[in-house]
Order: sequence, then structure tokens, then C-alpha cells
Amino acid sequence: MYSISFLIGFSLLAGFAVAASPDVETRSRRVRLSASVIALASVLLALFHLASGPEFFALSPGVLHVLDWMFTIGGVGLALVLLYFCRRIVAREWYIPVLVVLQTGLMLSAEFAEVTPEVAHPFYIDSFTVLMTLIVGVVGGLICIHAIRYMQDYHAHEKTVPNRQAAFYFMLFLFLASMFGIVFSNHLLWLFFFWEVTTLCSFWLIAYSGTDEAVRNGFRALGLNLIGGVSFAAAIAWLTFGPGLHTWELDQLIAAGSAMALIPAVLIAVAGLAKSAQLPFSSWLLGAMVAPTPVSALLHSSTMVKAGVFLLVKLSPVFYDTYAGLLLSLIGGVTFLVTSLVAVNQRNAKLVLAYSTIANLGLIVMCAGVGTAGAMWAAILLILFHAVAKALMFLAVGTTEHLIGSRDIEDMEGLVYRRPAMAAMMLVGILGMFLAPFGMLLSKYTSFQAFLSMDVMLGDGLMLATILAFGSAPTLFFWSKWMGKLVAMPRRLPPGTDPIPRDEAIALVSLTLITYVACALFPLADKVFVIPYTDYLGALGLIPVVAASIPWDNIAIMSLMLAGLFLMPLAFWLRPPRHAEVSGYLSGANVSGSASYRGAMGVERVVESRGYYLSGFIREDIMMRYGMLGAGVLIVVMVGGVAL
Amino acid sequence: MNTPTWLLAFGFILLGPLVGALLAGLDRRLTARMQSRQGPPLLQPIYDVLKLFEKDTLVVTGLQTLYLWGFLFFMVVSGFIIFLGGDLLLSVFALTVSGIFLCLAAYSTNSPYSNVGSSRELMLMMAYEPMLILVPLGFYLVADSFRVSDIVAGSPWQVLQLSGILIGFLFVLTIKLRKSPFDLSSSHHGHQELVKGITTDFSGSDLALVEIAHWYENTILLAWLYLFFAPLGLAVALPLAFVLFFAEVLVDNTHARLKWSSTLKASWLVTIVFGVTNLMLLPLMT
Repeated sequence: MYSISFLIGFSLLAGFAVAASPDVETRSRRVRLSASVIALASVLLALFHLASGPEFFALSPGVLHVLDWMFTIGGVGLALVLLYFCRRIVAREWYIPVLVVLQTGLMLSAEFAEVTPEVAHPFYIDSFTVLMTLIVGVVGGLICIHAIRYMQDYHAHEKTVPNRQAAFYFMLFLFLASMFGIVFSNHLLWLFFFWEVTTLCSFWLIAYSGTDEAVRNGFRALGLNLIGGVSFAAAIAWLTFGPGLHTWELDQLIAAGSAMALIPAVLIAVAGLAKSAQLPFSSWLLGAMVAPTPVSALLHSSTMVKAGVFLLVKLSPVFYDTYAGLLLSLIGGVTFLVTSLVAVNQRNAKLVLAYSTIANLGLIVMCAGVGTAGAMWAAILLILFHAVAKALMFLAVGTTEHLIGSRDIEDMEGLVYRRPAMAAMMLVGILGMFLAPFGMLLSKYTSFQAFLSMDVMLGDGLMLATILAFGSAPTLFFWSKWMGKLVAMPRRLPPGTDPIPRDEAIALVSLTLITYVACALFPLADKVFVIPYTDYLGALGLIPVVAASIPWDNIAIMSLMLAGLFLMPLAFWLRPPRHAEVSGYLSGANVSGSASYRGAMGVERVVESRGYYLSGFIREDIMMRYGMLGAGVLIVVMVGGVAL
Repeated sequence: MNTPTWLLAFGFILLGPLVGALLAGLDRRLTARMQSRQGPPLLQPIYDVLKLFEKDTLVVTGLQTLYLWGFLFFMVVSGFIIFLGGDLLLSVFALTVSGIFLCLAAYSTNSPYSNVGSSRELMLMMAYEPMLILVPLGFYLVADSFRVSDIVAGSPWQVLQLSGILIGFLFVLTIKLRKSPFDLSSSHHGHQELVKGITTDFSGSDLALVEIAHWYENTILLAWLYLFFAPLGLAVALPLAFVLFFAEVLVDNTHARLKWSSTLKASWLVTIVFGVTNLMLLPLMT
């Protein structure tokens, strides 16, 4: 209990302390210190709750009452803050204040209802929560450390952006605090408050630069997430006034199973879909790219979108063996397929990462909708591996952008030779995102298995497995294409001598190591974080008790592959083969290395070659439009079907 | 897992390339006969590779050799899993990693020809990957396991149940073996528009590594074909696998090369029409 209040309270206090720093030096020191403390506290919490079953915490009635009032006042205050920000909306964003009023009204009516459900256990910890804490604390903390130097450079480059760094860091730490709130709250009303705080933080951080584009994108994020918020508030209103289930506790909701809890669960799922940027809501995450890179890293890896899938995976047992669950999986599937294909067209590294985030979250949603032990296993490991690898990729792209002055993938040509350390870290990140023997692949393996054992209707799992098979192919294409650019021998060697700034190096190297270790030690992660959680749900009778087991010889072979991937470069580095180096073949006489050649008529021709972008083949706008339409229809059918 | 499968697996590491080389030699003989030529001796691929090892190796970057070793390593791992009776899906994943390493090697040399070759190779991988994944999924639905040992011990009727999958697999096999009409990443002939595509900048021992990895790949693909018929017993299954394998040579010699977009569309269409439909109908067939 104390560890929970410490993590939430300290993050909040750290935010104030950082914001109140008198000068830049003090502020940097405080950010570094606070982020380290948060990361350390998360690790300690994990060690104390290692592989243990869930624990629920009760509060004395007095404290509960005071906290209840504080959260109510906080909720109203949050609504007022949002309405205050709404003074900058344009005419077509009229719906935003309406949604704010609607959701606050729903919440207040629920809170001041004549009979309200008793909340016995407002907070809890289970092994899935512990994993989320580690992700938020460690990955989030590292991102804050990376931001110290990055934001200084950012303001040195962007002279027109007003320097609001004090508030910026406050928002980062507030974000972390509310994420801790989300993963620890069993009290749905409090969970909802923290949920809305992350919406506020993401809005403010996306709009940070204050340009018109940034502000509009910020409002889009706010609007789409508020749609989810209203849906969440409706779920709470249903749980207060509706027939049947009458509770404000998350564990009670889950334990009620699909017969009782499906309507509120589906409503909350809509909020989860909006937060995790699934189609048709995904445009907010693509717009969020305008924010400084640490913000993107935070939104994409450890906070925001992970809050969405966290809740969906939590509710997963309710969706087990229902049509609503199948529809939810299909929404994830459509998102996965469409965004994987669209990512092939992107040259901008941050956009590639953004689409791939949405795609990966789609895969997690697919698993969450299935709701068997195997699918949840895959979903939870996907959350872990994606958080680590994606944070690494975003920060690496950010640092590279400052070093080479571009975030275009074509400009990253030859990074292995120009900036070996950066390239090595990016390669680990990319490998971690999609390739055997790294974690993502393992999750895909288990997903296939889980899909094929589904039993909602004829051909259900097969549909999902087919989507996964077809969606994985473009993933392979765009990641490999990017790797190809990184490993290419540069034709002209631009000098790259500036060292990587220390704070950024700390964050990047740590994340690289974590990615590697997480992949090497996944059987441990599995035992400590996932199995206790699924076993507990199985013991409650919510999901069938089938141990998701990867056979030992598969693990042995994967370890062999990982070892090969590590030892081959090592052997190569120790004993490099001595071959004569020449410049590449250009079907003419090479003039200066591989950069140009003497072609027909003795003319010197400069060599240019670019990656494949299938913009004529994959029509991005059309695909996205149909994807949004399809996913939108599926959501309507899901909500409507359950309500009827 | 018992002793014979271990023997098989290590046998694959030692003899796999030999079998693959013989397959390649036979392929060249057959092709020659179809074109009314005498053709090279059966062991010609081996002579070629031995000669390559004696040549000087020119590289654009020292790292390309590392990537090629990665190509070979993961190819061997992929076959090792199959012959050990292990997990077919994992074997597909290893095969994919191996293919990506070949592309990286070609990308790293960064000549325009290698570049186009590896981009096209990736495109081909994107084209065949879904079908290649559907094969283990089909076996899983029939034999209730991804494991090769369980598939071999499955029902003799599985090849009929999975006939759509087999057709789809034969289609992508043409791509995998880099046969016309899908040889767009590496033209067989030096004078064509791609020069040699993905292998343009490999020479000497580097090129020999590529060849050896391809031999392993031949053996692996033959083993995949064998798996469809495996429950019928060695005497029936092996000849059938051979016949189908060499049917690809006929296709190679009777088709002109396709463009990448047609290749991608055609293979995904075949995957859906034959592969997915087959799996959807599977519950009705049991």
C-alpha cells in the first residue's frame, strides 16, 4: 500500500519540485534524481511482489471518504481545466467542450446517486500490474532522462517555440503519476480520474510547440480520447444505475464474467480502443508526432497507448468466448493489417514508428478479445517487448535526428559506418520489434496457437490467424528495408564526430540492454509476470486453465539463435576476414568510390538509389478510409449488439 | 525426442548441402535437356563452389561476409529444427530471418544493382510469407500440433485435406527456388537488366557461402514437400516430393518473368483462394 502511494505521490511531488526549480542546472539534476528514484522504486516494488498472487488493499472508512471527495473535486477541477483550454478551439471542434460537460455530468450523477456501490478495495497489486509498473517506472524514467538534453537542443533549434520546459517536465511526471494511478486503482471512479488526467497530459504535451498544427493535433487527441472518456463514464453510470451488476470495483467487474459484465466491459473497451489509437481513432497518435520526440516516445511506449491495452487485457476474461470479444479482435485485426500496409509507404522514421505502434497495439487488442490464457500470455509479453523496443527506437530516432539533421530514413543511409553506436542500438530495436528469436515473434507464435484454439463460431480464429499472417508480411518488408538503409556502405561519407550527449546515451544504452535482456530472459518474465496472473484468473474460473507452454526444445533453439546473433559479430570482430575491399559494381568505370561512374560517352554519372515505397500500389488514403469505416462499423455492431 | 531424430538433424547439417547440390545439378541437367542441350555433369554445382573458394574474394565492406554467415546460420537452424522433428512454425521464422540476412548483405554493398535486387527479394518475401505461414497452420489444424514429429505420424489423408495448402505452397515454392516467372531478384543470366541482382557484389568465398546456403534451402524445401505426404510412408512420399520438386523446373522453363506487382498480387490471391479457403473448409472435411 505504501509503495503504491509512494509511486503516485512521489511522481506528483517530483513534478512540482522540477517545475519549481530556480535554474536549468537544478532542474536537470532534479529530473535525473526523480526519474532514477521512480525507476528504482518500481524495481523494488517488483522485487517485493515477485511472482506473488494479487493483493487487494482496503482503506479505513475515514480515509476512503476523504479520498472520495478529493477525487470528486479533482474530477470537477479537471473538467474546468479542460474547458479553460477549450477557449482556443475552432468552430469545427465544438464537440470537445460538449463531451467534457457530458462526461463530467455522467460522472457526477453517478457519484451523487442515492445508492452507490460500496468499494471494499480501492487499490490492488497483481503480477500484471507489477510488469506495468516496471514499464512505466523504468522506461518512462529513462525517457525523462533522455528529455533533459533533448529539450535543450530542441529549443536551440526551434527558436520560435516558447520555452515552457518547467511546465513540460511537470506534465511528464504528472503523466507517470497518473499511469501509476491507472495500473493500481481497483476503484473504477478513481481509475477514470487518472485516465482523464493522461488525456489532459497528452493534449498539453502534443500542443507543446504552440504552432497551429500542434494545437489542432492536440485538440484532435483530446476530442478522440474524450469520446472514449464519455463511453467510460457511461459504463460507470450503467454500473451505478443499470440493472444487474452493481459495483465500482474492477475486480468485481471482471469476476462477474461475460453474462453479467459484458455491457460495461464493452463500453470501457471503446475507451481502451480510443486510448490505444485503434482504428477509427488512430489519427490522434499520428498527429501526436508533431510533439518533441520524448513525448512521442512516452505516448508510444510506456504510457497512454499502454493504458488502453492494459485495461483491455484486464477485461479480457469478460470477452472470452463472446461475439463481442470476436468483434473486438476483428477491430484490432483490421487496424493491424491496414496500418502495417500503410507503414510501407512512409519515409519519415517517426511515421513508420507511429504506424507500427498502432499495428502492434492492434495485435494486442486481437489477443485481448480472444481472452484465453494463451492469448493473454501473448498480449502481456507483447506489451512488454513493444514498450521496451519502441521507446528505444523513438529515442534513437530523436538522437539521430539531432546528430544528422534529418529523420528521413533515406538520410540514415550508412549509419553503421557513420555512427556505429547509434546504428547498433537501432538495429537491436528493430530486431526486437519483429524478428526471431526476439520477443515479438514469440508472441506471434503464441497468438497463432491461441487463435486456432478459439471456439466462438466457425472459422473465427482462422480469420484472425489469416489477418496476422498477411499483416506480418508488410511488417517484415518495412523493417528490413530500414535495416538495409542502416547497413548500407555510404557512398559519400559525411563526417559524424559529435558525441552522443551523456543523458541521451544513458537512456539509449539502458534501453538497448533491457531489450536484449528481456529477450534473453523471457522465460523468467513469463514465470514472474504472466503465469501467476493467468493462473489466478484460471483459479477463479474466469478462463479455462490451459497452461500456455512453449516446449523446452523451442526455447533451447531460440536461445541458440540469440546466442548466434550475439557470438557471430563477436567472432567477426575478434578475427575479421581479410578480403580486398573494392567499390560496388556500377556497370561502368567507378570514378570516386561507389559515388559516381564514367558512363557512355565518357560522362560522369552520379549514382542514386532509393528504397521501395509502394505508394502507387498501396493507396494510403483509400486504405485508411476503408479501415476507419470498417473498424467504425465493427464498433457500432459491438456496442449495439451487446446493448440489444 | 530419441536418437534417430538427433542423427537425422546432425545428418542434415553434414549431408544437407550435398543433397541440395545434387538437386541443383539435376535441375541444371533437366533444364539443359528441355532446351535440347547436353548440360553439365551432375556434380557441376560442387565443382563451381570449390572453384569459388580458390578465387580472390572482393568485398565492398567487410561486414557483408558477416551478414552472409548470418544467412547461412539461420538457414541451417531452420533445417535443423525440421529434421529434429521440432516446431514447423519456428522453422518458418528462422527461414525468414535467414532471408533477411541475405537482403542485408546485398543492401550493405549499396550498389544500385544489389539494391534493386534486395528490394525485390524483400518484395518476394512479402509475397510468399503469408502462404508459408499458412502451411504450419494447416498442419496444426489437421495434426493438432506444429511439431514435425507429430505431422509425420499424422493421418495419411492429410494431404487430401490440405490439397489447397499444397497448391498454394507449390506456387510460393517457385518463388523460393528463384524460378521463372518469379526470379526477379536474381536473374540467372549476367546480361539481363539486373546483372545478377542480389548477388552482384558477392564474389569468391562469399558467393560460395550463398551457394551452400541455397543447397541447404533446396533440402529444406524438399523436406517441406515430403511432409505433406510423410504419413504415406517413405516409399511413396519421397518419389512424390521429388516429382513435385522437379515440376518446378518445367515451370521455370516455360514462363517469362513477371513484374513485382503482379507477383505480389498473384501470390496473395493464390494464398487466399487456395490456402485460406482450404483452411476454412477444413472443419467440413473431418
